[in-house]
Amino acid sequence: MSDPDKVLATFVVNGEPHQCAFAPHKTLLEVLREELDLCGTKHGCELGECGACTVQVDDVPVLSCLYLALDAVGKQVRTVEGLANGPTLHPLQDAFADLGAAQCGYCTPGVLMTAEALLRDNRCPSRDEVKQCLAGNLCRCTGYLKIFEAVELAAARMRGEDKQPSKESIYGS
Amino acid sequence: MGLDEQKTAPSVVRADAPWRHDAKKDELRVIGKPIRKIDARSKVAGLTKFADDLKLPRMLHMKLLRSTAAHAVIKHIDVSKAKSMPGVKGVLTGQDMPIPFGILPVSQDEHALCLDTVRFVGDPVVAIAAMEEEQAWDACRAVEVEYQTLQTIGSSHEAAATDEPRLHDYGVRGNIHRLENLEFGDLKDGFARADHIREDTVFFEGNTHLPMEQHATLAHFDKDGKLTIWSSTQTPHYLHRALARVLHPLPAHHIRVIACPNGGGFGGKSDPFNHEIAAAKMSMLTGRPVKIALTREEVFWCHRGRHPVLMRSKMGVTKTGRITALDFESYLDGGAYGSYGTASTFYTGALQTVTYAVENYHFRGVRFFTCKAPCGPKRGHGTVQPRFAIEVQLDKVACDLGLDPAEMRKQNLAPRESLTANFLRIGSMGLGACIDKVVEGSGWKARRGKQERTKDGRIRGLGLACSSYLSGAGLPIYWNGLPHSGVQLKLDRSGLVTVFCGSTDIGQGSDSVLSWIVGEVLGVDPLGIRVVTSDTDLTPVDLGSYSSRVTVMTGNAAMQAAERARDIVARGAAEHLQVPVNRLVFADARVFDSENPDKGISFQDAVIAAEARCGTIGTVGSYTPPKTAAKFRGGGVGPSPSYSYSACVVEVEVDPDTGIYRVPKVWMAHDIGRALNAAVAMGQIEGSVYMGLGEAMMEEMAYRDRSHKGHRVFVHKIPSLLEYKSPSTMEMPEVVTYVVEDPDKNGPFGAKEVGQGPLLPIMPAVANAVFDAVGVRVDENPISFEKVFAALLAKKEGKDARFGPSLGKDGVPQVDFGDSLKVKTPWQGGDGTAWNEPKRDKKAAK
Amino acid sequence: MLRLPTFSYHRPKTAAEAVRLKKEHGKDAMFVAGGTDLYPNMKRRHQTPTHVISLQDVPGLASVDVQQDGTVAIGAMCRLSDLERHAHLLAHYPAFAHAVKEISTPLLRNMGTIGGNLLLDTRCTYYDQSHEWRESIDFCMKKDGAICWVAPGSPRCWAVQSSDTVPVVCAIEAKVELVSPEGSRTIAASDLYRDDGIQYLTKKPEELLTRLLLPAPGNWKASYLKLRRRDTFDFPVLGVGACVWTDAQGVVTKASIRLGGAGSFAIPAVDAEKALLGHKLTDEVIAAAGEKAMKPARTMDNTDLDVYWRRKVAPVFVARALLACK
Repeated sequence: MSDPDKVLATFVVNGEPHQCAFAPHKTLLEVLREELDLCGTKHGCELGECGACTVQVDDVPVLSCLYLALDAVGKQVRTVEGLANGPTLHPLQDAFADLGAAQCGYCTPGVLMTAEALLRDNRCPSRDEVKQCLAGNLCRCTGYLKIFEAVELAAARMRGEDKQPSKESIYGS
Repeated sequence: MGLDEQKTAPSVVRADAPWRHDAKKDELRVIGKPIRKIDARSKVAGLTKFADDLKLPRMLHMKLLRSTAAHAVIKHIDVSKAKSMPGVKGVLTGQDMPIPFGILPVSQDEHALCLDTVRFVGDPVVAIAAMEEEQAWDACRAVEVEYQTLQTIGSSHEAAATDEPRLHDYGVRGNIHRLENLEFGDLKDGFARADHIREDTVFFEGNTHLPMEQHATLAHFDKDGKLTIWSSTQTPHYLHRALARVLHPLPAHHIRVIACPNGGGFGGKSDPFNHEIAAAKMSMLTGRPVKIALTREEVFWCHRGRHPVLMRSKMGVTKTGRITALDFESYLDGGAYGSYGTASTFYTGALQTVTYAVENYHFRGVRFFTCKAPCGPKRGHGTVQPRFAIEVQLDKVACDLGLDPAEMRKQNLAPRESLTANFLRIGSMGLGACIDKVVEGSGWKARRGKQERTKDGRIRGLGLACSSYLSGAGLPIYWNGLPHSGVQLKLDRSGLVTVFCGSTDIGQGSDSVLSWIVGEVLGVDPLGIRVVTSDTDLTPVDLGSYSSRVTVMTGNAAMQAAERARDIVARGAAEHLQVPVNRLVFADARVFDSENPDKGISFQDAVIAAEARCGTIGTVGSYTPPKTAAKFRGGGVGPSPSYSYSACVVEVEVDPDTGIYRVPKVWMAHDIGRALNAAVAMGQIEGSVYMGLGEAMMEEMAYRDRSHKGHRVFVHKIPSLLEYKSPSTMEMPEVVTYVVEDPDKNGPFGAKEVGQGPLLPIMPAVANAVFDAVGVRVDENPISFEKVFAALLAKKEGKDARFGPSLGKDGVPQVDFGDSLKVKTPWQGGDGTAWNEPKRDKKAAK
Repeated sequence: MLRLPTFSYHRPKTAAEAVRLKKEHGKDAMFVAGGTDLYPNMKRRHQTPTHVISLQDVPGLASVDVQQDGTVAIGAMCRLSDLERHAHLLAHYPAFAHAVKEISTPLLRNMGTIGGNLLLDTRCTYYDQSHEWRESIDFCMKKDGAICWVAPGSPRCWAVQSSDTVPVVCAIEAKVELVSPEGSRTIAASDLYRDDGIQYLTKKPEELLTRLLLPAPGNWKASYLKLRRRDTFDFPVLGVGACVWTDAQGVVTKASIRLGGAGSFAIPAVDAEKALLGHKLTDEVIAAAGEKAMKPARTMDNTDLDVYWRRKVAPVFVARALLACK
C-alpha cells in the first residue's frame, strides 16, 4: 500500500465548514461517515446500485459512493443531518414520521435527500413524478407506497395546506 | 365423526393473562391509533445508529478470505505473508475456533472459519484484522490456500443421487439432511370419496432477503475480560448462546450482545453468523475493538433465504370443490448448512391445514445439503413455497370443475376455534371476510375471465390466492421450559416508565409495540416511554424477531408487566385519593375516579404515592405460548398462539407477444386480529405485497454451473444489487389494503401477526392472474417473462400450455421416505400422538 | 465497504493538459467524467489506474450548442439529467433524449455524462463481478485471465455493448469529436466502436472525446426502444436504435437500425434495413423487417434475462421501434 499523500481540505457540509485530511481516492461517502462522523448517510452496495448513500452536492442529489470527496471541496454538501431546522423537522421528515414511511430507516436518508430536491423544484408533483424521481432509491421494507404518500403529504404542507394523511393510507379501505 | 361434526375445540386462554381481546375500539386511547413510532424521529433524522455506524477508539477492521471452491478439503493455509503486511494486527483460521455452532441444537454444523472443508463459494476461511479495511483486504489477497476439490453437489436431484461425498457427516444418510413422513387421517378413504383428483408438480426457486443494510458487527473484549458485541442481528439471544459455545471457556455472563436496530432483516439476520463470532475472537486476540462490515456480495454468502423447493401435490376434491384428501411432497435444496432447515422442512408441510380444512393429509418432506449459500428463514419461512403450490392447484381444480376459485376457497375454510388434522389450534379466523373484501373490491365476479385488452394491446387478468401464517412459533428453537419473552418495567418518581425487553426492532416497529401496549395500560403517552431493548446485559430474554412472534409474545409479556405496574400504582393512587382501586381509570397521564373524573391525580403523582407506599417500583411480565396439542414427532413445528389470514387479488396485464407483464393493482386483505397501530400495520402489509411481487416477478438465487480445466465451477450468478433484481418504485403497483380485525384471545388486545402472511398469496395470485389473462400456467416461481413466453409458445404449438417441472416420476428426486408416522385426526378420535411411533427416549429427544 | 484502489488525482484545466497527462502516464492513467462507470469498475478492480484524470475543469465541454447549420454539438461533460430535460433536444431529438432518460437511475444521471455513456465499458455477467467472485471462477480474458467464459472456445471477448445512447447516435449518423496531442478529428459515431468486448473503441487511448454532433433535423425520424427487466437501474439487454429517412410520399429512402445489448458493438441490422427500403412503413413491412433484424445479433448468456427469449422477442421490439419512426 503506497498511500498517496493525504490532502487537507475544507468541506462545507450542511452549511458548516469542516476541515479534514484524506487520501484522493476516498469517496464522499467514506469521508462523511468515517472522517466527519456524519453516519446518517448510509451505504448498501457502494456501486451506485441502490441510492442509500444519496446526498446533495450544490442542491443536486448524487451517489456519494461514486463521488470523490475531493470533488466536493468548494461545493455545498447537504446530508440528512442538515435537513431539520434545529429541533424542527423538515416537512418531509415529519410526513415520513407521520405515515411510517421509514420502517427500518436505512434507505430513508437517501430517499429524503432525493425527494427534497424534487420538492424544491416541484411543489406539486404527481404520483408519477414522485415514482420517477425515486426510481434510483431501493427500499425493501415499505413497498414505497408510504414513501410516495409522505412526499405528497409534505408537498401539500409545504404549499401551506393543512393536510393530514388520507384515511385509506392509515386505516385501509 | 367427520371434520364438519368436530366439536369446537376449547380455546386455550391463560387465566393469568388478561389480553383484553374484546376491548372495544372506543375504550382504547393508544391501541389502533396512528401514533408515530417511538423511533420515528431518529429514523427520519438519520440518527438511528446501525451497527456499521459505531466506532470505538483503536478499532481494527476485519475482512474474511472466503472459499473460491464450491466443495473442497483445505489442504494447507499459508498466512505468513499476510501477517507481515502493513497494518495487519491479527489473523485467525478455523483452528482458532474449532467448536461448531448453528442455530438449531440438532444442526451444530458451522464453524466461524472453515475447519477442514469448504462447502460453497463464499464459505469463510481466514479472518484478518488491520488498521484500515483496505489493508485487511490486501492482506487477504496475500493468503495462500491450497484446496483439494471434492465433487460439487449442485441441486436436490444431485444430492439425492450422490451418497458420497457427503457434505456433512450427520443427517439421515448421504446428502439428505432431514426426512419427514407424516400421515393424518385416512388418505385412501379421502381419495376414494373424491370426485376429482389432481396431481401437480411445481417448483419454487430460492430467493433472498436483500436487506438494504449489509450485516455489520463490532466486538470489544475489554480489559476486564468481558466481551461486548454490537451486531445487526434479529436474535441477540441466540447469538449470545452461539458465542458462549464457541468462545468457551469464556462464561456466558461475560458476554454482552447488543442488537443494533436492523436495517432490514426479513429473516436474514436470524442466525448467529461466522463473521460475528470471528470478530469476537479477533477482539480477544488483539485486545482491541474489531469491526467487520460485510460487502453486498458477502450478504449473499450469508443468505439463509428462501429454499428452492420442488413440490408434488395430489389433491382430492368433491364435485363442489371440498378437499377430501391432500398428499403433499416437498424437496428442499438446503444449501451448505443446516441453519433453520429442520424447521423449514416441517414448515413446508405444517400450515396446509390451517388455511383450508383438509380432512386427510399426508406430508413428506426432505431437505438436501448442496454447495450453495445456506437457506433458512425468509419472511413466511417454509410456508411460502407450499402456499404457491396449493393456491395454484386450487385455481386449476376450480377451473377443472368450472367453479369460481373464490367461492371454492370459501367452502374449504378452516373452521375457527378448531383443531386441524395435524393438531394445530386455530383461534380467530377471518379468511372468509378477507376473501369477501378482495372479491368485492376488485370486481372479481364481473372482471375475471374477460381478457380485456389495454390500450397498448396487453391482456388483463385477475388472480386470487389466500394464506395463513403463524404469530410466532409455539416452541423455542432449543428445548427449554422457559418464557419466550420477558419484559421488565421500571417506574419512578419522575413519572418515567422504562420498558426493558430483549426483543429487536428490525424496522417492523417492535420497540413501538412495547410502548403502545404499556402506554395503553398505564394511560400515558407512548412517545414519553423509554424503551430499552435487545441488550443481553440489561434486558430480559426474548427469543428474537423472527416468525412474527414479537407482537403477540413480547406484547403479552409487556401487557402482564404493565398490568402489574398498574396494580401497584393504582393502590398508591387509591390510598391517596381515597377511592376504591377498582374505580380508578388510567388515561391521559392521569389516574382518576371513573365516577368522578375530576377527582384524580397526575400519573406522576400516582407513581410517587405508590413508591412511597411500596418502595421502588419494578414489575416483570413474561409469556410462554399455550401447550401444543400435537404430540407426535415433528408436531413442534407449526403450533402458534394464533394464525393470521390473508386473501388477495392481483391484476396483471400481459403482452401476448413477449410474455412481459406488469402488475397495475393489488387488492390485499389481512386478518391481523387487531391493528395495534393502523398506519404501521398498513406499512407491514404493503411491504409484504412488495416483497411478494419481487419474488413473483424477478427475484431468484441463480447459480452459474460450468466446467473449467477439469473441475466444476459453481457459484452464485449475480450477487449484486444491480443484477439480483428487486422491484423499484417503477414496478410497485397501486395496492388497496383491507385491514380485517378478528381479535384472537391469545394476543394483546386480540392482535395477531402482521407482515409475513400477506407476502404468501402474491406469487400464486400472479400465476393465477397470468392464466386468467392468457390461458397458460407457469408452475415455477419466479413467474418471469421468459416462462410466460415459453408457456405461450407451447400453447401456440398445441402443446401443454404450461411452463414448469416435469410431471413424471423423474420430475422429483428419487427418495425413499420410509414408513409414515400415522396420526389419527381429532375427528377420528386422535389424541395428537402417532399410533405407530416408536417410544422415544426423552433424554435423547432433548 | 467496497473501496477504490489508491490513485493520484488530476484535474487539468484544459483539454490539451488533459491529453498531455494521459500521454505522460500512458496505461497507468485514465480519464474520468462522471465516474459512474469507472469508479464501480475500479472498486471491483477491473481498472486500477494509478492516475485518474478528471475532465470536470476542462472548459467548454458542458454545453449544448445549436449550430448555424442546424446540427447540435453536445459537450462530452454534459450531465445526462440536463440532456434529458433539454428543450431543444426534446423537441428535435426525442429519440436521443428518450435514450438518455432510459439510462440507469435519476441519481446516476445526475452524475453521469454523455461522454461517459458513449464510452461505457462493455458489460458481461462474468466480468461485472467483484475481484473475489472472478477469482473463484478463474479470471476472464477481459481482465486478468485468458478465457471468455460465455464462449470458452472463442479467441475473443464477448462482453456486451450496454450504452443506451450508442444505438441511437449510430442510427441517426451522429458524429463525435476526438482531441489528441496531434489535434482534433471528427468521425462518424459508428466508427468509434469495434466488434470486440475488450478493444471496443477505435479511438487511441490518449484521444479525448470532447463533443457529440447530432445531425440537423430533416426528413428522418428516429426511435429508441429498450428491453430490460425493471423500468430503472437496468442496462439494456436489447436497445433498438432506429432511424428512417423518408421522401415526401412516406417511402423509405434510407434506414438505419442498430441493436444495442446484442453484441460487443451496436450491431447494424442490415437485412431489416434493406427490407424497409422503397416501402412505406406499413405494419406488414415493419413486421417483416423485424423478423430479419436479429440475424447479425450475437446474443449470449452474459446479460440479464434468458438468451433464447431475448432472441425470440427481439423482432417484436425492433418492429415496435420502427412503428415509433412512423
